[in-house]
Amino acid sequence: MTVGVDFSEWVCPLPLRDYPNVIMGHGGGGKLSAELIEHLFMPAFQNNLLETLGDSTIVTVPQQRLALSTDSFVVHPLFFPGGCIGDLAVYGTVNDLAMSGARPLYLTAGFILEEGLSLSALGSVVERMGAAAQAAGVQIVTGDTKVVEKGHGDGLYINTSGLGVIPDGVHIAPQNAQAGDVVIVSGTIGDHGMAIMSVREGLEFDTVIRSDTAPLNHLVAAMLAASNDIHVLRDPTRGGVASSLNEIARSSRKGILIDERKLPVNPAVASACEVLGMDPIYVANEGKLLAIVARQNAEAVLEAMRQHPLGQQAAIIGEVVEQHPGLLVARTGIGGTRIVDMQIGEQLPRIC
Amino acid sequence: MKYLDEFRDPDLAKRLFDEIHAITARHWALMEVCGGQTHSIIRNGIDKLLPDKIELIHGPGCPVCVTPLEVIDKALAIAAHPNVIFCSFGDMLRVPGSGQDLFSIKSQGGDVRIVYSPLDAVKLARENPSKEVVFFGIGFETTAPANAMAVFQAKQQGLMNFSMLVSHVLVPPAIEAIMASPTNRVQAFLAAGHVCSVMGYWEYEPIAERYHVPIVVTGFEPLDVLEGIRRTVMQLEAGRAEVENAYPRAVQRQGNIPAQTILKQVFEVGERKWRGIGNIPNSGWHLRGEFRQFDAAAKFAVEDIQTQESPLCHSGEVLQGLIKPNQCPAFGKECTPRKPLGATMVSNEGACAAYYQYGRFVSLESITS
Repeated sequence: MTVGVDFSEWVCPLPLRDYPNVIMGHGGGGKLSAELIEHLFMPAFQNNLLETLGDSTIVTVPQQRLALSTDSFVVHPLFFPGGCIGDLAVYGTVNDLAMSGARPLYLTAGFILEEGLSLSALGSVVERMGAAAQAAGVQIVTGDTKVVEKGHGDGLYINTSGLGVIPDGVHIAPQNAQAGDVVIVSGTIGDHGMAIMSVREGLEFDTVIRSDTAPLNHLVAAMLAASNDIHVLRDPTRGGVASSLNEIARSSRKGILIDERKLPVNPAVASACEVLGMDPIYVANEGKLLAIVARQNAEAVLEAMRQHPLGQQAAIIGEVVEQHPGLLVARTGIGGTRIVDMQIGEQLPRIC
Repeated sequence: MKYLDEFRDPDLAKRLFDEIHAITARHWALMEVCGGQTHSIIRNGIDKLLPDKIELIHGPGCPVCVTPLEVIDKALAIAAHPNVIFCSFGDMLRVPGSGQDLFSIKSQGGDVRIVYSPLDAVKLARENPSKEVVFFGIGFETTAPANAMAVFQAKQQGLMNFSMLVSHVLVPPAIEAIMASPTNRVQAFLAAGHVCSVMGYWEYEPIAERYHVPIVVTGFEPLDVLEGIRRTVMQLEAGRAEVENAYPRAVQRQGNIPAQTILKQVFEVGERKWRGIGNIPNSGWHLRGEFRQFDAAAKFAVEDIQTQESPLCHSGEVLQGLIKPNQCPAFGKECTPRKPLGATMVSNEGACAAYYQYGRFVSLESITS
């Protein structure tokens, strides 16, 4: 399904021979491969470093600690309300770097193309990647393309790796959570997962649920400017807020207590979750972060977040405690408590 | 969220809790019949806020849990068939049979698909005339009308490549089986609201009278559950045993007549085996003779599959309310949601899985203090 994307607006800079679709030859290393790089990838990712087209790209980085991250993207469908696999591929790795407090600088991009993929779809994805890289302020400096036979892929898979530098004085890690710290979430939870679910399963809701995919590095920079004493940052992607907070509780050997009523949830997402018997606390996000901050800095950090477009709905949702180390506990809406464990696999829609 | 937040209001919940505390004089054991209610009780921590004198026994109303192991094995055998598209509701995919689950069949190349309605499976059959499309038709009275409609439509459209593996179960015979058991401890029932929205509640009236047991039709949101408990305790304390409807926004006494009509057209009542409990007479629906050609078990000749449950598993006692999940020796040790030994650890709505997922394997007292 190609929701929200108008291929008619994508204009190929030069006709790629006469093939409207990816064929095996596009991965063969010959002229077709070269044309794909020259006419499709280069214009979208344009930067001096990429244009050297060497077997490796040489970059200069400041003399600071480096952060490295890699992630692979296999989302289906390729296009969904609010974004596409290209946005995810850039923002996913940018956000992983940002969660260590790093300033992301460079990305690599590897593409596995399935024979038969339309070049206009590929072009659209790549163009969106270029725009995403620009929005995040990173450069895609090297890449690779392979083609697999039809039936051996799901249209398009992307891997990105990223390199960032960590400013001096910033020490962010899951084990740094301390009793008394507060837990902040940057906005509504569950939007991405339910956006994908609604298009993948053909579920029709009254309101279109849009993915929240976005680069979080600028938000993190604003938070660090307010206080560089941020203890933990996580982007709660697969497994949602519940999994990230469980991981932090385990790494830090502290307990985490959240107030379920304080979790911001977009009403359309809440409704869709109710219909399917799912809990938004386990649903994936692609443009949200969790921050664990000392109580005395919480207000300053929260204020800085709310000034940023991606943090307007930021809220304090809980605290780190000495009790129940390794466990995430939620106060329920009616005043009870429950342990929120990790899910075993993905959440499955219920029978009734 | 409209129509939901109203039923999760903390102030109203507190008033209901206070009232329940005020009216409870003696010890009472109530059974919530439906797994959805169990889930709501544990998820919201309702049981921890009730008077100690009220004991909630978690009933057998989880469709995933009571589906017998051999039916799962039949599903696996059919789904592994090369020409089959096997359609199921999502939460059946992780239910292990004797050896593996539907996810494993899928990973080995089986065409296993999650659908949200049995009518989606009928559509698949129409679109894939060279394939056999099989729908896993399990559940209580709640899911049965849509399944009946799917078979009915398939027959109307002459879709001979559609069939259903049917393992439907009925609530009233299970309640009778529990009440008739010599070890029964249940003194009142919270009847399953959504089952009653289809079937009404007239069929519970003779049970309430015969066994002198209060039966209160109850919904699923926290305030619904609390109101059901409050009304049940009022009856018990007053010595009454009536059928009451505490879920009138969804349930009428006569139920949903068009749904009942299609059920009668397609299904007939017969004996059914319940996982963890055993055979209960007149407790299941089977396809009527004129729809027998849509019976997947007959079509794929898997009727003879037999299985053996783990001897470590006490899920039958859990389902009958004789023990709490965490009183089973295997709970959280040999038996976890990742490797469930029995019915009640399998589904999210199973009592053992609910206890496990919401952390009832550790002392909550250390947390709430």
